[in-house]
Amino acid sequence: MTADTFFQHLANALSLGSLYALLAIGYTMVYGVLRLINFAHGDIFMLATYFAFYIATTAIMPWWAVFILAIVLTGIFGVVVERVAYKPLRDYPRMSIMISAIGVSFLIENLATVVFGGRPKAFSVPELFSGLVMFGNVRIITVNLFIPVVTFVMLIILLFVVNKTKTGMAMRAVSTDFDAARLMAIDVNRIISFTFLLGSLLAGVGGVMWSLKYQQLQPLMGIMPGLKCFIAAVIGGIGSIGGAVLGGFILGMIEIMAVAFFPGATGYRDVFAFVLLIIILLVKPSGLLGKSSADKV
Amino acid sequence: MKKSIQISVILVIAATMLFVGCGKPASKTVKIGVFEPITGANAAGGSLEVDGVKLANEMYPEVLGKKVELVIVDNKSDKTEAANAAARLAQKEKVVAVIGSWGSSLSMAGGPVFADSKIPAVGASCTNPLVTKGNDFYFRVCFIDPFQGTVMANYAFSNVKAKKVAIVQEVSNDYSVGLAKFFTDAFVKLTNDPKSIVSVSNYNTGDQDFTAQLTNIKAQKPDAIFAPGNYTESALIVKQARQLGIKAPFLGGDTWETPDFIDVGKEAVEGVVFSTFFATEVPITDTSKDFLKAYRDKNAGKDPAAVTALGFDAYLVILDAIKRANSLDTVKIKEEIAKTTKFPGAAGFITLDQDHNAVKSAVIKTVKGGKFTYLTTIEPNVQ
Repeated sequence: MTADTFFQHLANALSLGSLYALLAIGYTMVYGVLRLINFAHGDIFMLATYFAFYIATTAIMPWWAVFILAIVLTGIFGVVVERVAYKPLRDYPRMSIMISAIGVSFLIENLATVVFGGRPKAFSVPELFSGLVMFGNVRIITVNLFIPVVTFVMLIILLFVVNKTKTGMAMRAVSTDFDAARLMAIDVNRIISFTFLLGSLLAGVGGVMWSLKYQQLQPLMGIMPGLKCFIAAVIGGIGSIGGAVLGGFILGMIEIMAVAFFPGATGYRDVFAFVLLIIILLVKPSGLLGKSSADKV
Repeated sequence: MKKSIQISVILVIAATMLFVGCGKPASKTVKIGVFEPITGANAAGGSLEVDGVKLANEMYPEVLGKKVELVIVDNKSDKTEAANAAARLAQKEKVVAVIGSWGSSLSMAGGPVFADSKIPAVGASCTNPLVTKGNDFYFRVCFIDPFQGTVMANYAFSNVKAKKVAIVQEVSNDYSVGLAKFFTDAFVKLTNDPKSIVSVSNYNTGDQDFTAQLTNIKAQKPDAIFAPGNYTESALIVKQARQLGIKAPFLGGDTWETPDFIDVGKEAVEGVVFSTFFATEVPITDTSKDFLKAYRDKNAGKDPAAVTALGFDAYLVILDAIKRANSLDTVKIKEEIAKTTKFPGAAGFITLDQDHNAVKSAVIKTVKGGKFTYLTTIEPNVQ
């Protein structure tokens, strides 16, 4: 393998990895606060891309306004999902909420198929994101430069909100113990809604970046990325925001490098991701950066 | 109070049963099943075929003095769902014949169900040889992949003057893997060089990132890339290849001819070359002209895709067989379909050979100025 080819692979891997990381931080944050694996995360991500698509085709406004509006709508949608499908189950075992999340996921997928149609839609990309940058012989489309930047900005904002603000402190309190937090005069419902708002906004940002990169929308496009970022979150240690970013990069790197070094195994790309998940669960169930906890399931 | 509710519930149930009971024998329609992907990865292809079937149904709505009713089921572009959808047509809807499906894998999933229920199925554009092989009840109105693969290998060798070709195949799709293999066999024979296929890369249905495979291919510097597969993934592959600076021409198969391929690929898919069944530029039969006129009248002057013409033909072939059988017995209809000879369809004359396949010419098209454009016709005897 020549150096150029290797660096091209590396660039591809970093761009894919940062996209996984971006999706995984929203996933892991919701888990961190609620101990709920939000299976609908991937589908909310899919909705964000359709929101952006329909706003862009019906309204005349600059692209950044389209994206902001789509992301905000996605956030609101996430809160609505929480109110309708998760809140009534708050006092039931966590398993019930998880099953409800799976139900929401199927509901969104099938509704989207009916409403948006099963045929793929093409997403038009502003020129800023479709330009070409050459580093020697390594070719990078500008959107691939934006994705890691966006991922790190989101990471920093999220870490700031969780660790430095009062709401973040309340989120951490809720994550430790619902009832104790309630006794400390924390409005648990408001905090949970806020968590979902934040998580869905992140899914929205991820959706927009994804459609800028792949430029194609399908109602079922959220399933695989949803699974992948779940794996990324588990590798990094589910609940750990820094871990999700690390997990995302590791996953992207493994998927691309597996193909680069074992060209015969190209059909098994996804297998590498799932095998890695199994190994991590066997060797270090709490993930690379996760804290081990005995009883939370 | 409670009792009156009970009684009314019983009455309602009894009334419903009565309706269901008298609904069945009163049916004076002939049911033909349409077995196509309406949702999922193959939705665009499936919808195009359904368009053709519906148009044929509007133009020829009756057979043996009865109205033809289309029962459209969605096989969801999924092999498991396809088997379920086929069972629904065969057992619940009791159709006399089935049209479809776009996508050979889906047809193959439905095949055993139709054979067990002794219902004839006529595929419109499923080109993998295994769809009809060993299945007495499956037919098709299109050519098969050994021919298509040879046509494209000839094109790569003679027109592109390629010496080295890289293959990108959708490994979970029987159509793609089959066509890639037939292309490889033919191309290696033409070049007399087993190393003329420099690499075979795989991907899975639904993948969106192909940069790793394409970066490998770029390093191998092939003269052409043969990438048969579903139009959605294929459009992304061509697009990502151009972004990575791969300039080699892309060759593909009939599945690329959907408007969505150009929508998604945009300027990146300019110049790709693929084989397909029919070109509006060269109408072959009188039926072609009728079909083109009806389609254009209905769709504001737009030209139909080849698979739409084939969906149209599949319907006509079934109707013709029912007429000749003069019966709605599915086995008799099947026997008549097998005898189809020189039937003038929209996409050319249809003669079914002993393996239930149509022997037809192939058409080569390219994308030019955002439109599918006719290049040339290749007759079946070229093999």
